[in-house]
Amino acid sequence: MKRTGAQAVWESLVRMGVTTVFGYPGGAILPTYDALPEFPSLRHLLVRHEQGATHMADGYARASGRVGVAVATSGPGATNMVTGMATAMMDSSPILCITGQVGSSLIGTEAFQETDITGVTLPITKHNYLVTRAEEIAPTLREAMYVAQAGRPGPVHVDITKDAQQASCEFEWDDSEIQLPGMRPPPLPSAEAIRQAVALINGAKRPLIFAGHGALLSGAIDRLRELAERGDIPVAMTLLGIGGFPAEHPLNLGMMGMHGEAWVNCAIQEADLLIACGMRFDDRVTGNLKNYAAKARKIHIDIDPTEFNKNVRVDVPLAGDLHEVLGALLPHVERTPRAEWHAWIAGNKGGEAVRDITNLPDDGHLYAAHVIHDLWKATGGKAIVCTDVGQHQMWEAQYYKHNAPRTLITSGGLGTMGFALPAAIGAKLARPDADVWAVAGDGGFQMTMAELGTMAQEQVKVNAAIINNGYLGMVRQWQQFFYEKRYVATPILSPDYAKVAEAYGLKGLTVRQRRDVIPAVAAARAHGKAVIIDFQVEQEDSVYPMVPTGAALHEMIRRDEIVSPIVETGASV
Amino acid sequence: MHLTVVALVEDKPGVLERVASQFRRRSFNIVSVSAGRTAPGMSCITVVVDSEKRAVDRVIASLSKLVNVLQVEDLGDRTSVARDMALVKMASTAANRAVIQRMVADGRGRIVDVGDRTLSIELTGAPEQIDTAIRELEDLGVIEMVRSGGIALGRGDETLKRDG
Repeated sequence: MKRTGAQAVWESLVRMGVTTVFGYPGGAILPTYDALPEFPSLRHLLVRHEQGATHMADGYARASGRVGVAVATSGPGATNMVTGMATAMMDSSPILCITGQVGSSLIGTEAFQETDITGVTLPITKHNYLVTRAEEIAPTLREAMYVAQAGRPGPVHVDITKDAQQASCEFEWDDSEIQLPGMRPPPLPSAEAIRQAVALINGAKRPLIFAGHGALLSGAIDRLRELAERGDIPVAMTLLGIGGFPAEHPLNLGMMGMHGEAWVNCAIQEADLLIACGMRFDDRVTGNLKNYAAKARKIHIDIDPTEFNKNVRVDVPLAGDLHEVLGALLPHVERTPRAEWHAWIAGNKGGEAVRDITNLPDDGHLYAAHVIHDLWKATGGKAIVCTDVGQHQMWEAQYYKHNAPRTLITSGGLGTMGFALPAAIGAKLARPDADVWAVAGDGGFQMTMAELGTMAQEQVKVNAAIINNGYLGMVRQWQQFFYEKRYVATPILSPDYAKVAEAYGLKGLTVRQRRDVIPAVAAARAHGKAVIIDFQVEQEDSVYPMVPTGAALHEMIRRDEIVSPIVETGASV
Repeated sequence: MHLTVVALVEDKPGVLERVASQFRRRSFNIVSVSAGRTAPGMSCITVVVDSEKRAVDRVIASLSKLVNVLQVEDLGDRTSVARDMALVKMASTAANRAVIQRMVADGRGRIVDVGDRTLSIELTGAPEQIDTAIRELEDLGVIEMVRSGGIALGRGDETLKRDG
């Protein structure tokens, strides 16, 4: 059938099962927008800034496992998407970004709103395309959608010239297999490699399982749990692996790394075997590589074989989809009780759950930890929580106990401020029945709070908890620890967020005391429209423990029990 | 040390930039790059860099992930045949002609153009042989020179593997 390029854009998306698009129109994408009403099955959300569109697509993808789609115009519309693409790239999130480009005859003339955007996005996308002919649109979008999801997922960008959108073409949807000779799935591990891994697992006295983002992406949660239970092996998580293993499971240790639990980091340094499942040994996870897990052999399972030996020398690399590789390993893993190892780890915990907020004195101050703990309680631990980067992100990871996958959505690798609110909007569109919360600091929230307008106009019921301490908190913390408390450019003024919410026709609450946290959360959940809660917390609190950059994993800065009202019970290592 | 990376890629717009970008982002200085179609829909890009083996291994890992890259290899891992070409324009003096004619007689070069006051000579061979010949010519005064950059093939019967 005859289609314009513009129609081909939407027709292709609809045929691939897309129902939701986050976007912002402009000159070079106008022909495509003009055709949008012909495709009523598509819901388009008008964002306030194209960065928001990309984070929404990202949140949508992470909440659902389906590709999130964002649309923008050329030039500034497209460059505004850069942060979102880089965020998705670092966290292996499948999003499809479509931009308009000036007419093909104008390319290279510095035309109005022209940017060489595929040149810009080349290093921050899994792949990108410049499309100059209408008939290329459908096959390119089809290929782009495949590339975004295949193997290790990631962002794909398709830039389409205005004349390609306007021209007519014969639209033929081709369901045949996509030909991409340069993309090959890694061959499954050999029987010999599986045998080596099994021998290491069965012979280990002090093994640890690491769950990374790959555990969620491959849907390997059940098999990961079976591996842990069969081998009686404790599980530690990376930030993006949270939800990959139930927090309430007795074998769950918690998060590892720079702000991981002290007993986890100590266990890593003592372990004789690491079984890394879908993670990349990021520097925030390992600390100083020279003495990282020096006593441990390493099994590394990842779908991206280029991660092997990148940061940490691996003894047995197993390339492949985690779900499949675990399927090959599991029948050979012996049931081995490892009571001694559990006892050693428990010894570092001091027998008490350090992160249990009931162990903390309530001195009338409102601490961020209180807010997160009570948010967890009041949402029954079942909310989808989206965060920015910084102190609130680490407190969320420490105090909100996630039992299910895809319930913590956070910018891990790139560490993008302003991610939480738009990501929450995307997550809500993907999971309309879920209780979705954006948790952000007062710095990050102000970066993208214009998306409150999107929430109001598109009637998206997402609640936001602002952890407002009047500082760019994590930067202030670094200044406190490493720059002799010179708080340069970190105190930050906030507006009255409750009034901002009201100005958008939403509901705003301000909370200054511990006892008001749970009622505020409950009120927000019960309210029909989005609610923004401004939690005004202790200003100079810090995230503990902390492995300073360049230090070994067990060399943590611990909370000073004398000056700080929150005391970590036990756990002195 | 000089390392030679050979990438078999899809013959599509922008692929050279995707490949070069992986060297650029790590601040590698490319010694030479040579690219050309080798089969329908396929090109071969040969990049010579001055770098440590481990750093080049990371580049190769990144290159292997590019959608348009079919196969990539560091030829330092196996013995190879490498060739480079230079075109050199010299003043056509009696002294120069004697040296150039000796090179031609040795089989190291051949005269490809003769002007009123200049001679152009083509040098083809292993990169280090070209270096030596150029040093010899530079003493006589080179007016202009271009080099193709190295291309290389693994020795023996092995080829770039297509299935990793």
